[in-house]
Amino acid sequence: MTHHQYRAQGLAGNERRKLHCSHHRKPDNGGTRVEVWQIKGGVVSSSAASDSHALLSVRDLRTHFDVGGDAVKAVDGVSFDVHEGKALGIVGESGCGKTVLSRSIMGITTASNASTSGSVKYSGTELVGKGKRELRKFWGEEMAMVFQDPMTSLNPVVRIGRQLTEHLRAHKDLSKSEANDLAVQLLTWVRIPEPKERLSNFPHQMSGGMRQRVCIAIALACSPNLLFADEPTTALDVTVQHQILNLLAQQQQERQMGMVLVTHDLGVVATRTDDIAVMYAGKIVEKASTSALFSGMRHPYTQSLFWSIPKTSEPKHTRLSAIVGRPPNLAALPSGCSFADRCPYVQPICREVEPQLQTIDSHSFACHLPVGSSDAEAALSANISAGLPQSEGAATRREAHQGTFT
Amino acid sequence: MAGSGSAHLRNGGDIVIRVENLTVEFPAKGGNVVHAVSGISFDVRRGETLGLVGESGCGKSTTGKALLQLPAPTGGSVQLDGEELTQLSRTEMIARRTDIQMIFQDPISSLNPRRTIGKIVAEPLDVWGPTASDEQWALVASILDAVGIDPESAKYRRPHEYSGGQCQRISIARALVMEPKVIICDEPVSALDVSVQAQILNMLEDLKAKYGLTLVFIAHDLAVVKNISDRVAVMYLGKMCEISDSDDLYATPAHPYTQLLMDSHPEPNPEAVIDEMVVLGGEIPSPIFPPSGCRFRTRCEFADELCAHEEPQMSMISDGHYVACHHPLVEPVS
Ligand SMILES: Nc1ncnc2c1ncn2[C@@H]1O[C@H](COP(=O)(O)OP(=O)(O)OP(=O)(O)O)[C@@H](O)[C@H]1O
Ligand SMILES: Nc1ncnc2c1ncn2[C@@H]1O[C@H](COP(=O)(O)OP(=O)(O)OP(=O)(O)O)[C@@H](O)[C@H]1O
Ligand code: SF4
Ligand code: SF4
Ligand SMILES: [Mg+2]
Ligand SMILES: [Mg+2]
Repeated sequence: MTHHQYRAQGLAGNERRKLHCSHHRKPDNGGTRVEVWQIKGGVVSSSAASDSHALLSVRDLRTHFDVGGDAVKAVDGVSFDVHEGKALGIVGESGCGKTVLSRSIMGITTASNASTSGSVKYSGTELVGKGKRELRKFWGEEMAMVFQDPMTSLNPVVRIGRQLTEHLRAHKDLSKSEANDLAVQLLTWVRIPEPKERLSNFPHQMSGGMRQRVCIAIALACSPNLLFADEPTTALDVTVQHQILNLLAQQQQERQMGMVLVTHDLGVVATRTDDIAVMYAGKIVEKASTSALFSGMRHPYTQSLFWSIPKTSEPKHTRLSAIVGRPPNLAALPSGCSFADRCPYVQPICREVEPQLQTIDSHSFACHLPVGSSDAEAALSANISAGLPQSEGAATRREAHQGTFT
Repeated sequence: MAGSGSAHLRNGGDIVIRVENLTVEFPAKGGNVVHAVSGISFDVRRGETLGLVGESGCGKSTTGKALLQLPAPTGGSVQLDGEELTQLSRTEMIARRTDIQMIFQDPISSLNPRRTIGKIVAEPLDVWGPTASDEQWALVASILDAVGIDPESAKYRRPHEYSGGQCQRISIARALVMEPKVIICDEPVSALDVSVQAQILNMLEDLKAKYGLTLVFIAHDLAVVKNISDRVAVMYLGKMCEISDSDDLYATPAHPYTQLLMDSHPEPNPEAVIDEMVVLGGEIPSPIFPPSGCRFRTRCEFADELCAHEEPQMSMISDGHYVACHHPLVEPVS
C-alpha cells in the first residue's frame, strides 16, 4: 500500500523506482495486485452538474469494494466542490469512508477489489477513468496529500534532505545545489529550526510533529493548487496540532491553495475551514458553510456528534450525550436512512424511505425530520417519552439545558 | 533534590494514594540518564478522580506505572491506604496488585488474541479469586454485563470479533473483576471515536459510583480530562506544574504551560479565538538534559533569570489550587 502513498506525495527519483519494484508484493487480501479503475455507468443528475468554476468538482463519486461478492459501499454517491483558496472539512466517525474518498479523488486506489465511478473534475479535467501514468502528472504539482502517519510517506532509511531534493528535482529542472537551497527554504517555511542541519537527519531523529512538518514541506514543495490533509494532526499533541493547523491555514491563504481537511474531530474543523461536509456510512449527510453548520445543525447525526464531544466550557462531570451503537455494516446497509438505529428522532418513515440530500439556502442535509423543524421536535419528544434508548442522550441534554438545544 | 514541593498535599483519613517526591529515571546511552519523572507529589482521595495531563513524553505513563511499582521508582514514596509500596518485596507487591489495576490506550493489543473473552476476564481470578468455574463465571458475567457486553455471546468469542470500543469495555471488565481500590486509566479513550469515547466516559462515571472506585485518569485531551476528573494535575517534562480542582483550573489557569495547553485545545466552536501566531517550533527539550531551574523556561514567554536558576516550588493560589511558577498568571496568596 505504501508505494501509492509515496507517489501520491510525489516522492520521486530513487524512491519512486524502488517502490515500483515492490509492486510484486502481495496485497493484504492475498490476491494479485491489479489496478482497477473501473467506470460504471453512473448517472450524474442534471441538478448536480459539475461546477465549472471550481478547482475540484466531485459528482456522484462511488467507491465500492467487492468482498466475497458483497459490495462494501465505502463511498456512495458523494458530490462537493472545492474552490481556490478555500478549505473544506470532511468529518465523520471511523470507517465512514473519509480516507477512501480522498484516495478515490486523487486516484490512489489501494485495492484490487475496488471499483470507482462518478466524476472528479480538477480544473475542468475529468480524472475518473484516467490511467495511472496520466494521473501521476497531477500528483505533486496539482494535488498533494498529507497523511495521518508521517512515516507512511517518509522513507525511514533516507535522510530528510535527500528525500526533499529528489522530490524537487523530479518535478523541477534544478541543479543539486539549487534543490538544496530550496529544500532549506521549504523547511524554514514549515518552521523547522536550524533547517540546514536538519537536512542530514533521518526521520527517526525528529519528533512526530517535526516529521509531519517535513511531510507538509514535501507536499507543498511543488506549490500544489489543492492539498488533501487526511487527519494530519490526529497523532500529535494539541500544542503541535495547533501549530500545524496554523501553518496549513497560512500556507493555504498565501498560496490561494484549495484544501480538503479530513478529521473525526469537529473541534479541528470549526476554526479552520470555510465549509464542512459531514459523512456517515459512505454518504454526505450534511453540508454547509462552517458558520451556518455550527449555528444550526440540521442533520441529527451532526448534532449527535457535536453533543458527544466533551467541552472545556462545561463543568466537570457533565453527562455526555453519547450516540448509541455503532455505524452500520457498509456491505449490508439497512433500507431507508442508515442512521435510523442510532437516531434520537427516528420515525417509521426513516426505515422505509431513504432521505435524499436537499438544499435550503446553500445548506444541504439528508433527513426526513431535520433538526429545528416542528416534526423533529415532536418526534424527539415522543421518542423520549417512549424511553427509546437512542433518545437517552438527547433527554440528558434537554434536561441539562432546560429544553434548549444549543 | 529537585522537587516541586509538596505544599499541595492534603491530610485526612480518606487519602487512598499518596505519592511524595516520586522520581523515575531510566538509563540512557553514554552513561546518561532519562529524567522521566523528577520529584512529583500528589494524593488521591477515596472516590475521587485525579486527571493527569501533559504533552507526549512528560511522564504520565511512567507515573501511572510507578504506582504499580512497574518498575519500582528510583526514589520517593508511594503509599496505598497508608502502606508504603516501595518497601514491599516482589511477592508482597504482587499480592497488592489486586488493589491497583491499570487499563491502557490500545484496547485491542492489550487483550490476548487467542483467548476467549470469558477466559480473558476470568484470568486474574485463577490466581486471586474464586477458582470454581461456575463461581468465576457468575462474577465475570455480572461484570461484563455492567460494562455493556453481552456475557453469553462474549463467553466463547475472541477480541478480534469486537470493535475498539468494545475491547476497551472488556479491558475495563478485566480490571474490575479484581475489585480494585484504584484503577489507573492510561489514555483509555485516546484511540476511540468521539461517539465511543462518550460512551466509555459515561460508563466509567457509572462504574465509579457503583463500585466506589478511585481513578487516576491519564489523557492529553484537556476537555476529556476536565469532564471526568475532580482534580487535575498538569505535568511538563517530568515535573508537576499545577494542580487544582478541575473547574477552577479551567476557569483560572495559573501556570503559563496550562494556559498554552488551553489555548491549543480545538474547541468545536467556530467563534473560538485562535492564536494564529503560534507556528514556531516550541519543541520539548530532551528529558536527558532538562533545562535548569524551571523546565518550561525554554518555551515560556515570561521566563527570566530567576527561572533559569531556581526551580519554582508549589505555592497556593486559592483553596486547593497550587502552582509551581515564579511568575504565575494568578497571584498566589502569600
Ligand atoms: N480494500 C478494502 N476492502 C474492503 N473494505 C475496505 C477496503 N478498504 C477500506 N474498506 C472499508 O471502507 C470503509 C471506509 O474506510 P476509510 O478508511 O475510508 O474510513 P475513514 O473514515 O477514513 O476511517 P478512519 O477515521 O478510521 O480513518 C471501512 O469500512 C473500511 O473497512
Ligand atoms: N523504559 C524506558 N527506558 C527509557 N526511557 C523511557 C522508558 N520509559 C519511558 N521513557 C522515557 O521517559 C519519558 C516519559 O515517558 P512516558 O511514557 O511516561 O510519557 P507520557 O507522558 O506517558 O507520554 P505519551 O503521552 O506519549 O504516552 C519519555 O522521555 C520516555 O521516552
Ligand atoms: S431520516 Fe430519520 S433516522 Fe435518518 S437522521 Fe433523519 S430523523 Fe434520523
Ligand atoms: S515564568 Fe518562569 S517559572 Fe513560571 S513557567 Fe515561565 S519559566 Fe517557569
Ligand atoms: Mg481515515
Ligand atoms: Mg503515555
